Amino acid sequence: MDIFATATIGGALIGLAAAGLLLVDGRIAGISGIFANAVTGQSGLWRWTFLVGLIAAPLLAPFVHIEVPVPHHQAGLYMLAIAGLLVGVGTRLSGGCTSGHGVCGLSNLSLRSLVATTTFMIVAALTVYVVRHLGLPVGA
Amino acid sequence: MSISSKRSVATAIFSGVSGLVFGLGLIVSHMIDPQRVADFLDIAGNWNPALAFVMGGAIVVAAPAFAYARRHSLSLIGNPISLPNRFNITPRLVGGAALFGIGWGLSGICPGPAIVLLANPTPQAIIFIAALVVGIWLTDTVLAVRSSTPDEAVPQASGD
Repeated sequence: MDIFATATIGGALIGLAAAGLLLVDGRIAGISGIFANAVTGQSGLWRWTFLVGLIAAPLLAPFVHIEVPVPHHQAGLYMLAIAGLLVGVGTRLSGGCTSGHGVCGLSNLSLRSLVATTTFMIVAALTVYVVRHLGLPVGA
Repeated sequence: MSISSKRSVATAIFSGVSGLVFGLGLIVSHMIDPQRVADFLDIAGNWNPALAFVMGGAIVVAAPAFAYARRHSLSLIGNPISLPNRFNITPRLVGGAALFGIGWGLSGICPGPAIVLLANPTPQAIIFIAALVVGIWLTDTVLAVRSSTPDEAVPQASGD
């Protein structure tokens, strides 16, 4: 299948998961918030089962004939540590990530999420520009 | 079992199904491959626009559910629905999004794929998640210290 078809079908599955969680459970599928509130000890078993579902996905995918892509990392271990730290701080401050602001917030016609999504998209694109075209070494 | 504990069990079970479907979506769309994500973000280079279709496809499916949720106060199994504030633009929102953007651009990994990648616990997957936890903990600690200033003291979980 071509990559636009798989992108759209994958996106529709993500939308289905977010819609279902909202309609059935009344919860928002914002993964940075779910993860952060789970690991900082907020009550709510549903957060842990959601995270288990995410981790189970690549283990169960072969049974439904979905191929799991191999991740190609451009960043080395030190750079991944810095990046993870920035993602943790940034998503906690802005209250959402690609799922919470990008998918759920935009679906909810949220101006807040539109501003956040536009900001992280532009900054991420600039960062990739600096890495790939200005030669910032990230392999360390 | 009381009705409320039955409801929280049902909530947890359905949430697990939702997480699984979400994860399969990230896999099918190749969001879990950092190189594919970086190709999408590389507008000046060999730009691959496919990932825009991921967000587009997700929003087309999820938007009607949010339209329903804005008009109802209870979910189908009776949980309260509370949607985040939609209009409060702050320096913290923009600054946080910018920091996230730097981290996402450097690694090609956002929180959902980071958790899916843990199924194969490579050094890369473990180090990213560990740093993510440290970042969350640092932020909460600093915000708690500053909580004498009530303005935005509590993390605003738009995503949760």
